Amino acid sequence: MADQTLDAKGLNCPLPILKARKALKDVPAGGTLEILATDPGSVADFEAFCRQTGNELVEQSQDDKVYRFIIKNTAA
Amino acid sequence: MSSEAQIVSSEAQTTASEAPVAAPETKSMSIIVTKGSLDWAYPPFILATTAAAMGLPVTMFFTFYGLPLLLKKLDLQLTAAGNPAMKMPMMGAHMGLPNILTAIPGVDAACSKMMKNLMEKKGVASIEDLRELAIEADVRIIACQMTMDLFEYSLDDMIEGPELGGAATYIECATQADINLFI
Repeated sequence: MADQTLDAKGLNCPLPILKARKALKDVPAGGTLEILATDPGSVADFEAFCRQTGNELVEQSQDDKVYRFIIKNTAA
Repeated sequence: MSSEAQIVSSEAQTTASEAPVAAPETKSMSIIVTKGSLDWAYPPFILATTAAAMGLPVTMFFTFYGLPLLLKKLDLQLTAAGNPAMKMPMMGAHMGLPNILTAIPGVDAACSKMMKNLMEKKGVASIEDLRELAIEADVRIIACQMTMDLFEYSLDDMIEGPELGGAATYIECATQADINLFI
């Protein structure tokens, strides 16, 4: 269970990333953020976002048309 | 220590404190924004907001037809004229518009309206929203002074936040940036 959840369903690029960035600021260091998205491009984008920012993409799954990501706030 | 050496060291300190505060490994980006139609406004704002979200310091330099993207009230339009690639999804097909029809009054406005409706339906942010997000993310915004003079705009016409600058201001920024885009 993540510390916080961001519902980014129905949003298109780059909004899921921008909203996730904002939401991560409210997640304490070491805490997790769950993101729900329907943008198929978000799969590659969240991987790139985490590589670049140093946050950890802990989990990634898909349920029908909804993509679920769990990001751990590990960036300095 | 000689007095000359002291002067040198105090100058070095001043330079260091004026340098951008960023970790050495931090990449940065600059974008020259030269176009102000609805479709061309998207790439610079999408890339600027995303780069900022990924931790990059970003500078946007608005010049020529890009400059009006900083006006307080936006009513962005596009034209299908000369753009054979502009085909919108309609009733299961993709429809373009022959060039000659784009000259009819009202056609561009109708195309712009259709595009905005389509974007809203698909969850694409408006340019107004992306611009707001860019400012929130501390994207540095420079309005080209020469274009301000040329098109007779003043900072009062613009949203809060732009600084004025010219080519040298941009070049200084570009020499320090890892990614420099011209859009």
